[in-house]
Amino acid sequence: MRALALGLHALNLAAVAGLLFLCQQLLRAHDALAAMAVLGVAGLLVLLQFSKRLQAWRYVMPGVSAVLVFIVLPMAFTLGIAFTNYSSAHLLSFERATDALLQRTDSEGLGMDVSLLREGEGAAARYQARLRDDDGKDWLSARFTLPAPGAPATGTTVMLGALEDGQPLPGEPLPPRALVELLPQLRTLVLRTPDDRPWRLSSLHRITDQAQRYALIDADRLRDLRDGSIVTADHAVGVWRDASGQALEPGFRTTVGFANYARIFGDSSFFEPFVRVFVWTVSFASLNTLLTFALGLFFAVALSWPALKGRGAYRVALFLPYAVPAFISIPVFRGLFNENLGEINLVLDLLFGVRPGWFSDATLARAMVLTVNTWLGYPYMMILAMGLLKAIPEDLYEASALAGAGPVTNLLRITLPLIARPMAPLLVASFAANFNNLTLIALLTEGAPDYLDTQVPVGATDLLASYTYRIAFNDGGQNYALACAISSIVFVIVALLAYVNLRCFGGAKATRR
Amino acid sequence: MAMVMTSSQRWRVWALHAVLIAFVVLSLLPLLMIVSISLRPGNFAGGSLIPKAISFEHWRLALGLPVVDAQGQVTPPPFPVLQWIFNSLKVALVSAAACLALSVTSAYAFARMRFRGRDGTLTAMLLLQMFPSVLALVAIYAIFDRLGDWVPWLGLNSHWSLALAYTGAVAQHIWLVKGYFESIPPDLEEAAAVDGASRWQSFVLVLLPLAKPVLAVVFVLAFLGAMIEYPVASVLLHDEQQLTLAVGSRLFLFNQRYLWGDFAATALLAGLPLTLMFLLMQRWLVAGLTAGGVKS
Repeated sequence: MRALALGLHALNLAAVAGLLFLCQQLLRAHDALAAMAVLGVAGLLVLLQFSKRLQAWRYVMPGVSAVLVFIVLPMAFTLGIAFTNYSSAHLLSFERATDALLQRTDSEGLGMDVSLLREGEGAAARYQARLRDDDGKDWLSARFTLPAPGAPATGTTVMLGALEDGQPLPGEPLPPRALVELLPQLRTLVLRTPDDRPWRLSSLHRITDQAQRYALIDADRLRDLRDGSIVTADHAVGVWRDASGQALEPGFRTTVGFANYARIFGDSSFFEPFVRVFVWTVSFASLNTLLTFALGLFFAVALSWPALKGRGAYRVALFLPYAVPAFISIPVFRGLFNENLGEINLVLDLLFGVRPGWFSDATLARAMVLTVNTWLGYPYMMILAMGLLKAIPEDLYEASALAGAGPVTNLLRITLPLIARPMAPLLVASFAANFNNLTLIALLTEGAPDYLDTQVPVGATDLLASYTYRIAFNDGGQNYALACAISSIVFVIVALLAYVNLRCFGGAKATRR
Repeated sequence: MAMVMTSSQRWRVWALHAVLIAFVVLSLLPLLMIVSISLRPGNFAGGSLIPKAISFEHWRLALGLPVVDAQGQVTPPPFPVLQWIFNSLKVALVSAAACLALSVTSAYAFARMRFRGRDGTLTAMLLLQMFPSVLALVAIYAIFDRLGDWVPWLGLNSHWSLALAYTGAVAQHIWLVKGYFESIPPDLEEAAAVDGASRWQSFVLVLLPLAKPVLAVVFVLAFLGAMIEYPVASVLLHDEQQLTLAVGSRLFLFNQRYLWGDFAATALLAGLPLTLMFLLMQRWLVAGLTAGGVKS
């Protein structure tokens, strides 16, 4: 017992130590702001551990921090990225993109075979490079030293001189194995011929003429060493531009303000598909909530009818679609609906001689998506409705039976009004969940069929969630920032739904599906 | 209800039976077809529901065994299915344990203590779980991408990252555990406190043993949730050997390479245990959702 309590203290201390380590790493990565935030969290943990007044928070902390780190932080990050140009063309930070340009080299396609000669051993070893260029001329470098293998590499520049005939060669050529060990040092080695041309190692046995292409002038300017022109950083767009205004690869991440939103709402080639996707998303979510609820309620009412025999068996059989994991049942439908090989078209072909294009016709694809998701979702509504029906007093139905009411009257006058209130927040939550049902679209249609008249790849069955997924991870551009901007719009919609749930229905619990 | 069945009512019972049976058939047919497809030789569609010839080739491939056909041609297993199952189990078990550990103490505080910010925090958790992680996929990807620069085993393509990302589900589990704690009368803990037990002792020694059922339920729910999760896993994992089953099983069905039979066998192999678990957990999947509905 005591050991357990001590164990918890130890866990907390370990968390603090871990945070301090992260903080140090962040500082080394020159991310002072994040490091301070991490340090603050560590301090808070220590405070919690020893403050009597904050005892309750000591218990609350683990769960709340998980929610903060894995729900709130990603949401904040999403909002942050939405205002940048983060994409596959602007992947690196400014520093890394600049480094990439500074390491870029210029070559005229010349090369020499090289072998490395060594005199002496260990730290006292001295090296000389023996070279033969493509015209058959031999060269020998001045003597130089290299840091020991494993030590940090430092750049060395060595002059080359023509090798006289019969000049004795010091030492033995190094075997490839030893070369590989020295590779980090050799990579920084610059050999210079008398015409001042720099040569760098391009493979184990070959050097090529590789002159540095750009040199740093100040933080925002580089000099193009080839023609002396100036290259400037364009921080508004996130690229380095040469004198003619041409953008250089790679671009870098930068803040672009509302540019992504302006693109979504202002550029018709983005706005038009966005509206289409939005309308379909809303209709899909509402239709689906309606269908699953209607079907689920029907089954729940039917299965609560005492005159019906075998209700337990029906219940299990009808619940089964929900019990099968979606990552299995959705691909099953993908296979069954397959236009050429699927069982459904096989049967339809046999019976009616038709082969509907479930994945190529927009209306059919949408109908299929709705059907499949209704199949997946109605058992959940059925279970929910069953729970609520149990709570309706039996005498209400007895009274209505005495009054001679039929099942339809019962449903409309007793059942629906009584379950409407507890059901409403669950329906709103179900709407929100279907609104973001990425799994269904990603596994069933991947948005197919794609519209042919749009510039961005988007399909008739794409929901907002799968549309952003495609923008971010699938189709070429990998525009993370644009995806985040769309996600942030969905945040607002979900927040509205959550607000409605909280205000109108007293914060009944949101649900899984 | 001892009522005499009128003939119209009897007719209605039969009609209802007919409708229900029709729906049961609709619900079960896709699942039965999968059984049949997994036992049919070849990867082609067609053939009857009851296969004419039974072949275990798809099952062998799913279990990682090569298949030798009549011509002596060897078909190696197309995908490392067992490795995927192992990956899924690993991620799900780690994240379920983490979810459980993170949710019990919070739930205890919310159920038994009164402190400033309690109601606000509870409501916030409720609202936050309406924001699914699919909306923050890019952020999750970017966070773990950068985290990997500092802590390599917490980067992309790591099972630890994935398990960690799944612990965001604690919000809903805290509510479930809290509800259960509140249903246990506090008398025993109060008695323990009178006997000199500290808050921590009465929580661990008195309350937790009484709450074992809900702990098991949360563990299984978190486990199942992680086993079937697709979007986050598909973003964080890349290497074929590292995939979880939910991501990997997608690779079977492409128009160019349509491994219908192999998919069916894999689906059954992995899906049956999960389906059984879901059936057993049925009551708890929606537990607490309807509580306090009509009754109050």
